[in-house]
Amino acid sequence: MSDLDQFRQETREWLEANCPESMRTPETSDTDQYWGGRDPEMSHPDQKVWADRMGEKGWTTPEWPLEYGGGGLDKEQTKVLRQEMARIGARNPLHSFGISMLGPALLKYANDEQKQEHIPKIIRGEIRWCQGYSEPGAGSDLASLQTRAEDQGDHYLVNGSKVWTSYADKADWIFCLTRTDNSGTKHEGISFLLFDMASPGVSTRPVKLISGSSPFCETFFDDVQVPKSNLMGEAGKGWSIAKYLLTHEREMISGFGHSGAGKTLGQEALETLGTDSGGRLDDTVLRQRIAQLELDTLVFGCTMARVKDEAKAGQGLGAASSIFKYYGTELNKRRYELVMSVRGAQALAWEGDAYDNGKTPRAWLRTKANSIEGGTSEIQLNIIAKRVLGLPS
Amino acid sequence: MALVWNEEQLMLREAAAGFLAEKASLAALRKLRDERSETGYDQEVWREMAEMGWAGIAIPEEFGGLDYGYAGLGIVLEQMGRNLSVSPLQATVLVAATAIALGGSEAQKQALLPAIASGELTLALALQEGAHHAPEKTALTATANAGGYSLSGKKVLVQDAHIADKLIVVARSAGKPGDAAGLSLFLVDASSVGVRTERVIMLDSRNGGNVLLDNVQVGAENLLGELDAGHDLLQQVLDIANIGLSAELLGLSLEAYERTLEYLKERRQFGELIGSFQGLQHRAAELFAELELAKSIVIRALQAIDANDPQLSMLASACKAKLCEVAVRATNESIQMHGGIGMTDEFDIGFFIKRARVAQQTYGDYNYHLDRYARLNNY
Ligand SMILES: Cc1cc2nc3c(=O)[nH]c(=O)nc-3n(C[C@H](O)[C@H](O)[C@H](O)COP(=O)(O)OP(=O)(O)OC[C@H]3O[C@@H](n4cnc5c(N)ncnc54)[C@H](O)[C@@H]3O)c2cc1C
Repeated sequence: MSDLDQFRQETREWLEANCPESMRTPETSDTDQYWGGRDPEMSHPDQKVWADRMGEKGWTTPEWPLEYGGGGLDKEQTKVLRQEMARIGARNPLHSFGISMLGPALLKYANDEQKQEHIPKIIRGEIRWCQGYSEPGAGSDLASLQTRAEDQGDHYLVNGSKVWTSYADKADWIFCLTRTDNSGTKHEGISFLLFDMASPGVSTRPVKLISGSSPFCETFFDDVQVPKSNLMGEAGKGWSIAKYLLTHEREMISGFGHSGAGKTLGQEALETLGTDSGGRLDDTVLRQRIAQLELDTLVFGCTMARVKDEAKAGQGLGAASSIFKYYGTELNKRRYELVMSVRGAQALAWEGDAYDNGKTPRAWLRTKANSIEGGTSEIQLNIIAKRVLGLPS
Repeated sequence: MALVWNEEQLMLREAAAGFLAEKASLAALRKLRDERSETGYDQEVWREMAEMGWAGIAIPEEFGGLDYGYAGLGIVLEQMGRNLSVSPLQATVLVAATAIALGGSEAQKQALLPAIASGELTLALALQEGAHHAPEKTALTATANAGGYSLSGKKVLVQDAHIADKLIVVARSAGKPGDAAGLSLFLVDASSVGVRTERVIMLDSRNGGNVLLDNVQVGAENLLGELDAGHDLLQQVLDIANIGLSAELLGLSLEAYERTLEYLKERRQFGELIGSFQGLQHRAAELFAELELAKSIVIRALQAIDANDPQLSMLASACKAKLCEVAVRATNESIQMHGGIGMTDEFDIGFFIKRARVAQQTYGDYNYHLDRYARLNNY
């Protein structure tokens, strides 16, 4: 047996023994997603059991280094783990901005003390993080941010406010872009701070989305004292960290809606709308639009695979990856427009058990944020035009 | 399979790019057009291509080919798209040799494939009869008789008709137009009694043609594949042909796009380089995304041919539809972003949209393949 086969067998056995039955069912609501934290929210106690077991093994972050509690697996092993999890329908044990956004930046830019302090808690889901980037006056033009952090000797004094801070009201800690210096260009003088949301002077106010839920907040800082040891990287050099982290965020967002699981839209449409006398989907225009979408989905999937294969073969500059955030999110929006068309009246109800409490229209509305959050589609096109195509400013 | 070209394939690509830029470039096409070349292609250059093995690139070694697979042929076709190179490579090698390799008897393969691989023999597929690609609607009749079959009818849009030594004629041997069953393929000498070929100079300055068959007698040994079951064979051949054409469309789209990008960095208006205008930047960036997608499906589909992928038909239609869409967008934008100069014959950019239109329409355009893709997915 090859090492990888051996690993597959052991993984299969471990998952069989450790993944609770209740965690082998699809997530059907927001509360089915487990985010961990000091005071975790749960729809079932097994969520924590499952996350704790996976966290203990480091498999919430399979490829992170062993020394901080990560899984220490290579790419092939990670693939096997994912396949084996998919085989039994295991849920993602831990949803986490610590994993998808902050972790990679910590590994690259933090000092050893900070790594030892934060990474293990992210892996085990003990601390839930939120992202303090956007401000009322600094959205697409993120570098114009004004939240101030004044050097007070042993600590920074933070004043200002953030907006659209996802789950700020539920998060334990924040990674936050602040301005420590106003004298240079807007990209200079930005510092990357990590601090506890329980610090005196931090407050949040949830903001309701058009989809009806309130996953993001306004966040206010009023004379918040942040120890100097919580500065990540150098003072005033936070912009490169901010950008690095954004590349990971965009990767995560471009994957939304591309699980490939379940029925295709074409199949669902056949069941809902029926067939014409020739045995074809009984709506020629919808048929065509579904074909366009599914074709583009297939081709986009090939592109993600190609970029990975090119990286592995050491070919190309991965220029194609610059299109993922833009194309993936626009595709997901197109998909949900058609999901709404296919489900028709069934998708118009907002409340009621017979309508899954408006799950479809809420999900449809939520996709509209995909091309805004993490940098808008227009900003992605600007980046491609300037950095990849080399067009003049 | 990893969606990348290997070392050897990358070398082939480089060699093809170098050769074609020197010998079969857009300038060469312009010259063939302006001098009203009799053959429509440069025979000397075709001989050199054959010497390099291109005419037999996808043909197995036992029949005198290089056995380099369709990936190899696709790599060359992409470069031919970039250079708008003209040669019998599409009609003879991509289409006809594929039909013979897939459907031919041992004797037919022995007789024809080595002659194709050496560049001596040229062929043409006589398929289409109306304004649109619709193989099932074939009406040209094949009537069985004592000596074999008698063929009568008319074909249009036959690429390389007037220079082909042999024709592969799609005929109705049973059933009625509209039926997929009852089609048969025949190998017919272009010099047979009753065959008349007419050259049509196409909008891309290449050889199209009409073929008239009037009681053409063909021996039973010239049936290619099974009697009445030609539709299946034809679909397999056309899947491969469409993927090859997609590779060519990819090359020409990339070339038109890159030339346009250069222009955006050169041309000034309002005191600025036009490439600094966001209205153009976003369109260029969107097109870049579409071209990256196009690259991925072309490599996926080419590899699928060589791997005998069971999904080949679905991938072929996805590939052709996507490339038709992207080529239309790339070639239209290339003219628009050049402004007035893009409309002049003297400037080269207009050549790309012409070839793109003909290649799209050959063996099914965007509409045809999008609908086929839906059908193959059962909706
Ligand atoms: C659901 C959701 C969750 C979010 N979560 C977080 C979070 O956790 N933490 C956080 O910090 N932020 C978060 N954000 C904020 C997000 O990053 C910003 O909304 C985004 O960067 C856009 O900024 P803005 O909203 O100020 O829009 P603006 O920048 O004001 O943009 C308005 C419009 O102008 C366009 N535009 C702006 N500049 C240009 C330009 N140069 N060229 C062309 N067009 C331009 C934009 O594309 C957009 O269409 C979240 C947003 C959403 C929707």
